[in-house]
Amino acid sequence: MNVMDSRATSALLYLDGVHVSFDGFRAINNLSLTLAPGEMRAIIGPNGAGKTTMMDIITGKTKPDEGAVLFDGVTDLTRLDETRIAELGIGRKFQKPTVFESQTVEDNLMLALNVDHSVRGTLFWRESRSETERIDKVLETIRLTDARSRLAGSLSHGQKQWLEIGMLLAQDPKLLLVDEPVAGMTDVETHLTAELLKEINKNHTVMVVEHDMTFVRELGVKVTCLHEGTVLAEGTIDQVSSNERVIEVYLGR
Amino acid sequence: MTSHMLTRSLDRAATLFILIVATGGILIPLSNLLLPAGSPFQVPTYLVALWGKYVCYAVLALSIDLIWGYCGILSLGHGAFFALGGYAMGMYLMRQIGTRGVYGNPILPDFMVFLNYPRLPWYWNGFDMFWFAAIMVILVPGLLAFCFGWFAFRSRVTGVYLSIITQAMTYALLLGFFRNDFGFGGNNGLTDFKDILGFNVQAEGTRAALFALSCLALIIAFVICRAVVTSKLGKVLIAIRDAESRTRFIGYRVESYKLFVFTLSACMAGVAGALYVPQVGIINPSEFAPGNSIEAVIWVAVGGRGTLVGAALGAIVVNYAKTFFTSGVLAPYWLFMLGALFILVTLLLPKGIVGTFNSWWQPFKARQLAAAEASAAREDGVSEPKMAE
Repeated sequence: MNVMDSRATSALLYLDGVHVSFDGFRAINNLSLTLAPGEMRAIIGPNGAGKTTMMDIITGKTKPDEGAVLFDGVTDLTRLDETRIAELGIGRKFQKPTVFESQTVEDNLMLALNVDHSVRGTLFWRESRSETERIDKVLETIRLTDARSRLAGSLSHGQKQWLEIGMLLAQDPKLLLVDEPVAGMTDVETHLTAELLKEINKNHTVMVVEHDMTFVRELGVKVTCLHEGTVLAEGTIDQVSSNERVIEVYLGR
Repeated sequence: MTSHMLTRSLDRAATLFILIVATGGILIPLSNLLLPAGSPFQVPTYLVALWGKYVCYAVLALSIDLIWGYCGILSLGHGAFFALGGYAMGMYLMRQIGTRGVYGNPILPDFMVFLNYPRLPWYWNGFDMFWFAAIMVILVPGLLAFCFGWFAFRSRVTGVYLSIITQAMTYALLLGFFRNDFGFGGNNGLTDFKDILGFNVQAEGTRAALFALSCLALIIAFVICRAVVTSKLGKVLIAIRDAESRTRFIGYRVESYKLFVFTLSACMAGVAGALYVPQVGIINPSEFAPGNSIEAVIWVAVGGRGTLVGAALGAIVVNYAKTFFTSGVLAPYWLFMLGALFILVTLLLPKGIVGTFNSWWQPFKARQLAAAEASAAREDGVSEPKMAE
């Protein structure tokens, strides 16, 4: 890192030596991880491995005790809050689907669009053609065109997961963090979600946390296995799933 | 820039509400002034003043519904902003008394003479001018809400913790205003008003005009609230209410939104208080009592949280009930009844009067619409009506 370039790294996301403890419990322990632009990465690991905490750190919800978290090679994410990080272009889908239940599917997407988010801008906002077109496109991608004026709360579990992914698309971030997108989905829905994420990956960098190994296999991307807050193994799904340590702590014999 | 906001905010129900308030605001004063006393259609002056009070409460209820119903901020201290607006108006009215006070001092109000004030406290300057007082009616509550909200929302104080500190705020003001050396008349507050803008506050014509103005204020406050909640900003507020951290992760600065709507709401409450004071003829520290603020929240809950019309209706219905029951043999039991009302509404009508009506009426209307479309389609022969699956 002695190069006098303003970019410290070519990676889109760069975590180095990150530590976080909660009341003495080391949730993240010397975690280092890089994500190249355009990449899709699957993160696996047992419960408590620190997967969600890592996402909390990247999105500014949790501040690390030490370590570097760089976005796009220049921005130190540890100094920013959630809103600022979202504005920079990092979107997040939560483990439990979190959509705005009392508003329509269309309004959910409209709120997520990356347009003026200031108080003034939203007070005097009026619908525009280009925004409607973008919403139409997202609705098509997430297969919810027919549900556009339904309340988000009335959608099925799988549809809510898709709507939340759709909100990420509307936000059009550089990096999408997707936490357990297929939890509670049927096999068909899981398959469709894999297709959807591959489609999204064409234009976005994606990080997916998932337990469902069939789904991870279907994605066919580089896999990182976390354990006790640090990287246990990294590589193709076959390499990782044949790793002795991974089998021992996570997959089971 | 704002015309599209108006057309968007005034749907049929909203227009109907405005028409009803406007009709009341015109007919009631006219019947009071023009019809002979004793005529069955003549509204007696005491009723005009009483109803005027209810209308002011309705404005306060609207301001609470804006933050609680749409943004999930449960303020249990909104009476403080109402009272501050009232005090600003009261100060103007005190200075209009002039030499007609008991002590006849042209500058100092009676209580200051009585308490041996050597001169007018600096913060009473300017209140002899109506325009200045009118600005203060909005500015003082707004400024307090802005400062309070700035610290509370940036520190992410939410839910019950925020409710508790709003209670503490209004209680602190109650204690402050009780003190004689605070400069606002202590325990007795401000009273014995004579004139407002040169008109006798006791005169029938003035009371009728104040009633009409209160109705106008209710309409304006309602239109502002509707414009806010039907804009995209309103959708962001609901998003904050339902899933605050999600809203943050999409990239909205939640604290700015809360601060905006909280300050706007406090300004509205201030105007309500300013119209209330000349109609009841007194403002004293008891208006800051935490119980008052809680009562105002009950009005909104009874009428229907997040409906605006419901908030106004709730304020009027509950206060009418209060007047009715506290003037009869049931008077000692009013607080029990109010408590029971709140529990019953929470258990049986969690959406309030208007909310319950809406959830009953909207599916009914949707069915009617669907039936009408189906029959139209049949007549056109465009498509066969679908068989029930």
